[in-house]
Amino acid sequence: MRRLFLIAVPYLWLLALFLVPFLIVLKISLSDPAIARPPYTPTLDIALGWQGLKDFFSQLDFENFTFLTEDALYWKAYLSSLKIAVVSTLITLLVGFPIAYGMAKAPTEWRPTLMMLVILPFWTSFLIRIYAWMGILSNEGYLNQILMWSGLTDEPLKLLNTNIAVYIGIVYTYLPFMILPIYATLEKLDDSLLEAAEDLGCSRLSAFWLVTMPLSKPGIIAGCFLVFIPAIGEFVIPSLLGGSQTLMIGKVLWEEFFSNRDWPVASAVAVVLLLVLVIPIILFQRNEQKQREEGL
Amino acid sequence: MRRFTWFNATALTLGFAFLYLPMLILIIYSFNESRLVTVWAGFSTKWYGELLQNQAFLNAAWVTLKVAVISSSLAAVLGTMAAYAMVRGGRFRGRTLFSGMIYAPLVMPEVITGLSLLLLFIAIGMDRGVTTIVLAHTTFSMCYVSVVVSSRLATFDRSLEEAALDLGCTPFDAFRSVTLPIIAPAVVSGWLLAFTLSLDDLVIASFTSGPSSTTLPIKIYSAVRLGVSPEINALSTIMILIVTVGVIAASLVSKRSIALQKADEQKALQQ
Repeated sequence: MRRLFLIAVPYLWLLALFLVPFLIVLKISLSDPAIARPPYTPTLDIALGWQGLKDFFSQLDFENFTFLTEDALYWKAYLSSLKIAVVSTLITLLVGFPIAYGMAKAPTEWRPTLMMLVILPFWTSFLIRIYAWMGILSNEGYLNQILMWSGLTDEPLKLLNTNIAVYIGIVYTYLPFMILPIYATLEKLDDSLLEAAEDLGCSRLSAFWLVTMPLSKPGIIAGCFLVFIPAIGEFVIPSLLGGSQTLMIGKVLWEEFFSNRDWPVASAVAVVLLLVLVIPIILFQRNEQKQREEGL
Repeated sequence: MRRFTWFNATALTLGFAFLYLPMLILIIYSFNESRLVTVWAGFSTKWYGELLQNQAFLNAAWVTLKVAVISSSLAAVLGTMAAYAMVRGGRFRGRTLFSGMIYAPLVMPEVITGLSLLLLFIAIGMDRGVTTIVLAHTTFSMCYVSVVVSSRLATFDRSLEEAALDLGCTPFDAFRSVTLPIIAPAVVSGWLLAFTLSLDDLVIASFTSGPSSTTLPIKIYSAVRLGVSPEINALSTIMILIVTVGVIAASLVSKRSIALQKADEQKALQQ
């Protein structure tokens, strides 16, 4: 009895507030376009019984999805989201790995403090951290002031409202997600393996390449997914740091919903975005499972 | 230790400079006299004064705090229950769906979660306001809580609970006096996580809030979109300071409790 209660309460909560809303999105994405005016046809008439159900399903169509393929904007937005997410994940890896490496090699008594310093920005508002970069990257911003003062450029570079700013924003906010898993694998690494490699004639660099890198692979893969998956649906960073040229699907969905008020198309955009995300998530789970099996 | 070289030191220095300089600049310029955010015109605290008189910001802060406290508390309860069902529930019908629903919100883009909840609230004719934001925040943050709590539940020794049952505890007493104290740190960190997620959320709150229930992130977002405003610098500084003090205090408390535990263990060994 008690067990049933324990399971039923969170179960019903998630059914009502996670699964059902998603089914509604799916249903509206298959409905006829109508600007922000529910109910969307077809409507399900339970009173008609089997016939009502049959009518409902026969009237659903893929009109909104066909629309997505016809307008080049959506294709470009999906592709450019993918590109921005991939590139910024790789940059985050390049920036994060040396930091994680430095942490793992730091004296043991420093490590908890270093860990806290990496986690602290995560507890600080995401919006504020993006806002800080708006001040740095703007034409009169600190970065341009430094560049001009040092004579590297004569006139301010346009940084804010470009894709470069979006890359910087994503790398900056998701850096802790990359550092922590890599640090976790590097910290466990046995130094005697590196000594053995060097004794056997490896240079430091090749020992790093042949021993450290392969052993830190699980952390690298986990970090890359932890950055890539949220980056692809990102809305705040492209809308505050990116310009009108920056196309990301999260932003397109937002505008489709709030500006164009075309809810069926917004729903279709959401469904396709989820499908795009399913592949990396399955890959991630496979990788996790493989790691667990290897760990046993 | 052996390999802590100049390379590592540089990587750490540059890395932490990258993480902290932007926030440091924000704090310094919150004390700037000038309205132009990028020109230094002398030290002043006037933006803090203006912030404290800005009723719209104060209202939004109050709504945000209310939503965060209620939703993270609900999430802590529901998330702990869900963790219990996952780890101790054994096999039950629809278990795969249940675990799917716990993990899916963690990777779901916020725009989709927000859109789907809004469409639900419209479908059932619910007016948007504080309640709908609370429902939305509870739903996604209970999943984070349940992940944190279930990892703790999965690693702790079940025989302790069984011993309590053998000694005549009712299942509820056993839960209250044995299980709960052991998982309490995980529940507390789950609550904290849910709390910060709720404080920080812009996208889902924008979809689920009504005109009378603007949260602080929504307010900041619209202020920032109109251009950089110095009041936001002051607000950001206050928020950064609160978080920093909170995190340092929490880490000191946990360090102290570890030290106390170690001292206790040593005393026990000596006896």
